[in-house]
Amino acid sequence: MTQSLGDASASATRILPSSSPRSQARDGALAAGAPPGNALRPEDIALAAQQGAAKPGEDVANYALRLGDDALILAQRLAHWISRAPELEEDVALGNIALDQLGHARSFLTYAGSAWGKTEDELAYFRREPEFRSAHLFEQPNGDFAATIARQFIVANYQFPLYRALVNSSDPLLAAIAAKAVKEVDYHRDHSTQWVLRLAGGTEESRRRMIAGLKLMWPFVGELFEDDALTARLGDAGVVPSSLKAEFDRATAEVLDEAELDVSAYPMATGGGRQGRHSEHLGFVLAELQVLAREFPGASW
Amino acid sequence: MSPQESTESTTPAPGEGGHRWPLWEVFVRSSRGLSHVHAGSLHAPDAAMALRNARDLYTRRNEGVSIWVVPSDAIAASDPDAKGAFFESPQGKDYRHATYYTKSEGVKHL
Repeated sequence: MTQSLGDASASATRILPSSSPRSQARDGALAAGAPPGNALRPEDIALAAQQGAAKPGEDVANYALRLGDDALILAQRLAHWISRAPELEEDVALGNIALDQLGHARSFLTYAGSAWGKTEDELAYFRREPEFRSAHLFEQPNGDFAATIARQFIVANYQFPLYRALVNSSDPLLAAIAAKAVKEVDYHRDHSTQWVLRLAGGTEESRRRMIAGLKLMWPFVGELFEDDALTARLGDAGVVPSSLKAEFDRATAEVLDEAELDVSAYPMATGGGRQGRHSEHLGFVLAELQVLAREFPGASW
Repeated sequence: MSPQESTESTTPAPGEGGHRWPLWEVFVRSSRGLSHVHAGSLHAPDAAMALRNARDLYTRRNEGVSIWVVPSDAIAASDPDAKGAFFESPQGKDYRHATYYTKSEGVKHL
């Protein structure tokens, strides 16, 4: 179905080898309209919504809003690392992950918005803090590199089984968004795993920081796996959060055991993000995220 | 600097002669059947991270299906100052090209 939603005029720049006859044939195919890789893009979802081919029900829209807000707030947090990471290479790695998350946010918010006649931008820039449905983990401050890695480690180990299960959603667009996202999140999981192992097994200082980072972030694990009335009503369209906890525990324990880290003693925070009750951090994130769009409505560049 | 800023995305500045990650050379194969071509270099603490950094830095726009990374100091390079002695000798030696030779009469299957 993703193929029929293709819109070649919006396809991103891609570097293609230009000399061989085979690649010329491929260029021809590109010009004819199929975006390379047939990846589902937010523009495709917006187009489908315009044509009336994709309109989620109220529950699916609210569910997409939660997933979109998680990704949007995390993307904003991660983007802050650009030019501030320990090495240029990590600037790019965290920037790539931020852009992946922003892509997922755009898809989910575009889809959610199509239920209410709103664009992704209207949802991202013109909602107030209590209208955001992201979990508390995503708005936690970056802290040092180890704290950010601790947050990434939890996020990726939550999002990977979530999107893997959501691929089987009875809602075709949620399934399509998840199918694209799951491969990217798989890489985020690998990235954070590599760093948890290296920071924990590196120097005394890096280990101290890794432990401190996990202690900061781990209390926000609980909220991710809480079921509520919405997730119960969704049925086959969504994924029951509590059903992901066993896989999260298994996958994180595997890495934490190897790194000789213990998180079992950390208490859980109360949460409330899914109902729009946020910590003091989200307001500052939103102020930075929204100021331009609110100061200059309709601005583009 | 406000207290909020000082706890946000902070990386301690490396001191004088502080620890630096080693340099790696990156080779990317753009598609099956082609060879790996040198794409550039990067810093990474070890080979596993070098591969991941290479993926992030050099295959962001669909450029590759396979990556090699090699420690830069493992590469022995020819001396640019010895270009004359190294590379100019073949000039004018047309007889090293097959096209220099004419086909002998009566030779089949050439």
